[in-house]
Amino acid sequence: MAAPSPDLAGAVVVAAPVAARQRGAPAGWRRLGLAFWLPAGWLVVVTLLALFVPLLHLPDPNLQDLSDRGGPAGAGHVLGTDSLGRDMLSRLVWGARISLTVGYASTLLGMVVGGLVGMAAGYVRGRFEAVVVATMDALLAFPALVLILAITTFAGHDIRIIVGVIGFLGIPAFARVARANTLALAQREFVLAARAMGAGELRILGLEILPNIVAPVLTFGLLAVAVAMIAEGALAFLGLSVPPPSASWGAMIADGRGDLDTWPQVSLIPAAVFFLTIFALNLAADRMRRAVSVRESRL
Amino acid sequence: MLAYLRGKVLHLVPVLFAVTCFSFLLTSLLPGDVALVMAGPNATPQAVAALRSELHLDQPLPVRYVEWVGAALRGDLGTSPRSHSTVAQSIEDRLPISLELLVLAELIGLLIAVPAGIASAYRAGGTFDQFASGAAFGILAVPGFVVAIVLIYLFAVQMDLVPATGYTPLLTDPLANLRSFFLPALTIGLGEAAAYTRLLRSDMIATLQEDYIAMARAKGLPTWHILTRHALKPSSFTLLTVLGINIGRLMGGALIVETIFALPGVGRLLVESIYARDLVVVQGVVAFVAVAFVLVNFAVDLLYAVLDPRIRHGRAVA
Repeated sequence: MAAPSPDLAGAVVVAAPVAARQRGAPAGWRRLGLAFWLPAGWLVVVTLLALFVPLLHLPDPNLQDLSDRGGPAGAGHVLGTDSLGRDMLSRLVWGARISLTVGYASTLLGMVVGGLVGMAAGYVRGRFEAVVVATMDALLAFPALVLILAITTFAGHDIRIIVGVIGFLGIPAFARVARANTLALAQREFVLAARAMGAGELRILGLEILPNIVAPVLTFGLLAVAVAMIAEGALAFLGLSVPPPSASWGAMIADGRGDLDTWPQVSLIPAAVFFLTIFALNLAADRMRRAVSVRESRL
Repeated sequence: MLAYLRGKVLHLVPVLFAVTCFSFLLTSLLPGDVALVMAGPNATPQAVAALRSELHLDQPLPVRYVEWVGAALRGDLGTSPRSHSTVAQSIEDRLPISLELLVLAELIGLLIAVPAGIASAYRAGGTFDQFASGAAFGILAVPGFVVAIVLIYLFAVQMDLVPATGYTPLLTDPLANLRSFFLPALTIGLGEAAAYTRLLRSDMIATLQEDYIAMARAKGLPTWHILTRHALKPSSFTLLTVLGINIGRLMGGALIVETIFALPGVGRLLVESIYARDLVVVQGVVAFVAVAFVLVNFAVDLLYAVLDPRIRHGRAVA
């Protein structure tokens, strides 16, 4: 049941090989251009703000002021206040912490586990590969959001559980990318040369294969961060992510939807920030994919 | 074809087993005593004991699994301790709403994507293609609930064309029914349209380079005839596959969209049961949604083989 996620169809990339000893950025990265560095810059800014928010002396994100509900942007509240009179900018930045933590942490989990499993499957082949591929197909056969909702309903809404579940669901996709790239690389002459020089299997995997699948796996990782953030946003929108009053982008968008006719900005500002971040991730991934891939394939 | 079918069925069985196992084991994820949690905080010890024996919690796990699957196959997914209606009945009541949303959303998606995809592929790299590709790229980056909020703001708040939320049954007032489905269907349909346009465009560009297209051109056939009669069908296999996957996904209702627009479909049933901690219903709906998803995907795989002879003869690369 080959059922690639429609959003990610065609995202599987086979990278141009990097010489085994070459360190630093692969040559293709220099060609990334403004369409990569602009979104990358936005992501860096958002991430830095989220990291250092305690040092910024922003107003308390959970301090309600019911006399100043849906207040306009201005002195004291740079982006105005939400429908409970809480500072929007502060909630946005604190909310970025949850959205980005889930996005990055769950992607890291999926990338490390899926990447290693996929690399091993593509290199060892045989029965091990068959079992891995069948397991990954079975995992992909679940409707993801239903699975996330079901597990968090029964297991709890702790951020570690949310990261764990979303990350776990990312494993099959990363395993596919890693396996596809490993399959292609294992046939290459430089791997044969390493083997002829007496390199052990682990050495070949670690020093010949791994450096060459890093770029495509990282590229896919950017998309995975976006998918994970959307999943968390959807949970938060339903009120089923980290419990309130913790700010989260999805929850902020949901909070304002009852007041779209009076204070549309309460919902639309976090929606715009959320869109910009997801768009930046997609755009950066797209540019990176174009830069690192020599040929695309739908494996 | 038989060998292909056998391979697919051999694949289907373990996946169905995994999906049902997972749904069955969901209750074991609950911290603490399952019966105590499911009965709720105000339950008497007798009620907890009754629930425990009703759920067969006193029996070994494999026995309980077989009994649960057996009951599910007979259409018995349990009874909600809260509403006292059966899970199967609740799903049956709400399925038509989810199906109507599914049909309307996919129709919107295809009505936009097929002309847009053909036009993009016909002049690949041209102005329209660049515009359509850019728009598709942007739309795919917007999560459904953000699209929904923006559409509500534009169509319901600013222009006041359609109601923001609410549901009118089809038989009560067909026109009001369609109006209540417009925004939710458009929310899903826009995303589908973006994905389908991209798929159709790339497959069609490949098809248009085939020799028989050059042959048709040489014969002097009109362009629209070549595009719609000769090139469209062989270019739509990927589109049909993804359409099938999306239908499978939407069979279980659109969780977010049904919630935002207050459409009482299967997805809304799941979310409501989660809010109410009505875990019997959650488990039943998850099982139904997951099995439906797997079965529809299976059907799509078969349909794919019927449409494309290369697949059933095992010559095409997946």
